[in-house]
Amino acid sequence: MKAFAELFDRLDRTTATNAKLAALVDYFRSVEPADAAWAVNFLTGKRLKRLVNTRELREWTALATGLPAWLIEDSYEQVGDLAETMHLLLPPGSGRASALGLAGLVENRITPLRDLDDEARRDAVMRLWQELDGSERFLFNKLLTGGFRVGVSKRLVTRALAEVAGVDSTLIAHRLMGRWQPTARAFQALIAPASEDDLDTATPYPFFLASPLEEGPGSLGDPADWQAEWKWDGIRAQLIRRGGQTWIWSRGEELMEGRFPEIEAAAEALPDGVVLDGEILAWRDDRPLPFAVLQKRIGRKKPGAATLAKAPVAFLAYDCLEWNGQDARETPLFQRLQHLDQALAAAAGLLRSAAVDFQRWTELDTCREGSRERGVEGLMLKRLSSPYRVGRTRGDWWKWKVEPFTFDGVLIYAQPGHGRRSGLFTDYTFAVHAGDELVPVAKAYSGLTQDEIDRLDRWIRNHTRERFGPVRSVDPVHVFELAFEGIQSSPRHKSGIALRFPRIHRWREDLSVGDADRLEDLKRLLDTRQRQ
Amino acid sequence: MLRPDAGGLYCAAGDFWIDPLKPVPRAVITHAHADHARSGAGEYFTAREGLPVLAHRVGDGGDFNAVDYGQPFELGETRVTLFPAGHILGSATVRVESEHGTWGVSGDFKRAPDPTCALFQPFDCDVWMTECTFGLPVYRWPATEQVVGEVLDWWQDCIDAGRPAVLFCYALGKAQRLLAELADRAPRPIWLHGAMQPLTECYREQGILMADTQTVSEAGKGYKFSGDLVLAPPSAAGSPWMRRFPRHSSGFVSGWMRIRGNRRRRGYDRGFVMSDHADWPDLIRTVTDMQAERVITIHGSGEALAGYLREQGIAAESWNLRATLSRSEPA
Ligand SMILES: [Zn+2]
Ligand SMILES: [Zn+2]
Repeated sequence: MKAFAELFDRLDRTTATNAKLAALVDYFRSVEPADAAWAVNFLTGKRLKRLVNTRELREWTALATGLPAWLIEDSYEQVGDLAETMHLLLPPGSGRASALGLAGLVENRITPLRDLDDEARRDAVMRLWQELDGSERFLFNKLLTGGFRVGVSKRLVTRALAEVAGVDSTLIAHRLMGRWQPTARAFQALIAPASEDDLDTATPYPFFLASPLEEGPGSLGDPADWQAEWKWDGIRAQLIRRGGQTWIWSRGEELMEGRFPEIEAAAEALPDGVVLDGEILAWRDDRPLPFAVLQKRIGRKKPGAATLAKAPVAFLAYDCLEWNGQDARETPLFQRLQHLDQALAAAAGLLRSAAVDFQRWTELDTCREGSRERGVEGLMLKRLSSPYRVGRTRGDWWKWKVEPFTFDGVLIYAQPGHGRRSGLFTDYTFAVHAGDELVPVAKAYSGLTQDEIDRLDRWIRNHTRERFGPVRSVDPVHVFELAFEGIQSSPRHKSGIALRFPRIHRWREDLSVGDADRLEDLKRLLDTRQRQ
Repeated sequence: MLRPDAGGLYCAAGDFWIDPLKPVPRAVITHAHADHARSGAGEYFTAREGLPVLAHRVGDGGDFNAVDYGQPFELGETRVTLFPAGHILGSATVRVESEHGTWGVSGDFKRAPDPTCALFQPFDCDVWMTECTFGLPVYRWPATEQVVGEVLDWWQDCIDAGRPAVLFCYALGKAQRLLAELADRAPRPIWLHGAMQPLTECYREQGILMADTQTVSEAGKGYKFSGDLVLAPPSAAGSPWMRRFPRHSSGFVSGWMRIRGNRRRRGYDRGFVMSDHADWPDLIRTVTDMQAERVITIHGSGEALAGYLREQGIAAESWNLRATLSRSEPA
């Protein structure tokens, strides 16, 4: 645990990418493979299943410190991070468990908590609180409460591993996909030299992600070099057909086994050794259904006949990453599209995300403006000569989204944020007028500058009306312009609506509460959307 | 005997204010920090060691009275005594005695030893008005020696990497405390931001032993500051002045650095937990040491400490002195 805590400290104490890279390389080179495997697991954002709930952790902290529960809550509100709050409140530890490696801690001391009864679990956690200190205890708490961020991207971890292994980082990214598990053997395979068959047959390719096009496509050069497609509002997915078996992976690297039986059935007709990239959508009569319909399917492991009928889905393929069992990612897009057509010719149940025809960039403006009526988010622009790259590499794939919807809402609740924003009131709830009332319609936490956040934080502290746990209600004074991507009716919300991806556009200090929007204005959008 | 007024406290029996933020006829000043000392008072009473710094801060316009620690003096119907607060050079806590009883008033204080000022000295009182800047149990300071070691290790890393080490800290008190802690351990002279230089001279003139310093403006054009330690006030962070230190590593010395989010939000590479205020255990220890029957928290968010003390059976409440500023402000 000592080595991992030192790595954490090194990463935490610099903003320089090269210094972080060096810290990661040093760590991976020096520790046991089993420890390194778990480090890869956590640094790439994977978490342990929750073994202890936060209510218990708070109780045990009270027990270990002799402090009243309310004071622990007040402290948490100031710190903004429960793992850190507990660490700061607990008396100094002995550091005796410092010799334990990361794998030893996770496998011998943390995962076994699952099988203990309440009292034994409490004793085990409290013993570790006594035996760990400093960053080690903080990290232990982080593992107990979920994941942690240290300002390293998955891509940076991949680069460090590539340097350790002496292979290309795209290979590392590929090896980390899919069913990768944190074991010593898996880590050794991860940093092994390149070989023909070091990948599991279910392993997907790393996804290539488009970058947002801010200015319009005029600067992209000759339109003939580009293909335009609709940007679908569904689940990005990879469909694998190898060795007579099918796997569907989401972009979040989740295996969607059994969730989309109609897609799995259609994929059986694909030739062997084919991997397609595309989008899963709720789909009927040649057009997408609202995202809310797809949501009915996302959580269902084994959908029944009624669900299948109510929320039918389709796979719209737009790229072919593997053809004839060969990795096709280096071949240019126009060739991959030919493979895609061949593959889909055999599998009629899978759809092709068709190209949008255009000669001049100006024609695309009109297409993009019609996106909402079509139920798409905008356009994708892809360079026909480009390979299929890894991650968010700029230059060949652009997403050109329609302008978002906006409304003016009133700040009514605030609560402290987490991570970098810890201890500041940064999570806000906004309301609109409904009759004489203000009804909450959106929660948002991004979009303000640090100065604005600081200023608003001070204001919130001085204008609190009531407290409900960490949440404070504030005087309804400040108006903000919020953007969102979509709207749907929601009986669960008091307002009767739910907004997709709400975020703060700007603080409208020029507006007063009376100028904020009304619920009817938002509901009108709902009506136009549902009429389509 | 004391009530909130003018951003500070007013004592009617003695007709004086403690740490007022608005102009008043007669002010007892605990120390020269801007949230305690302002210009415009007719008459000032302050600890002798604090006078040069106070005069530097509020200008020479006032009528200054230097008072020795532990020497009572009469103000109206009261007897007032200043005791060392251990916060910065010349900082004091105030004891006010009258027929209404004995009140102790802290400006800011800490209990840890500090080579630049006299150690905090407790005294008995009926009512103890305590500052509460760090009034939550998450605030617990490591030993000064350990933190000074961390600063030196970081400086050494910067020397090895040939980078400037820019250390942010408050210009009055913290900067000089650091310079004194580093007096015989600094491997080379330390650079000061211009705002720190005159205050540091004030300290030197009173015989405080500190590491050798130079002012950044004296450095030659094109000088790189590689491996040099530079002290600067937090307001310099992100200013054009920082362009003098390409590739620098930044640190901040403050009690607020106890919390990781505070450091990360401000973008400092390193946070060093050293404060001139009492931490939670010392706030509580001091309540015990002052033997007070009643405690009032001031300066900071004192509700938590007051609530905790009440649960321990001590009469405690929290006063907001700032509220008196807006209340008496003309509309
Ligand atoms: Zn002060
Ligand atoms: Zn103060």
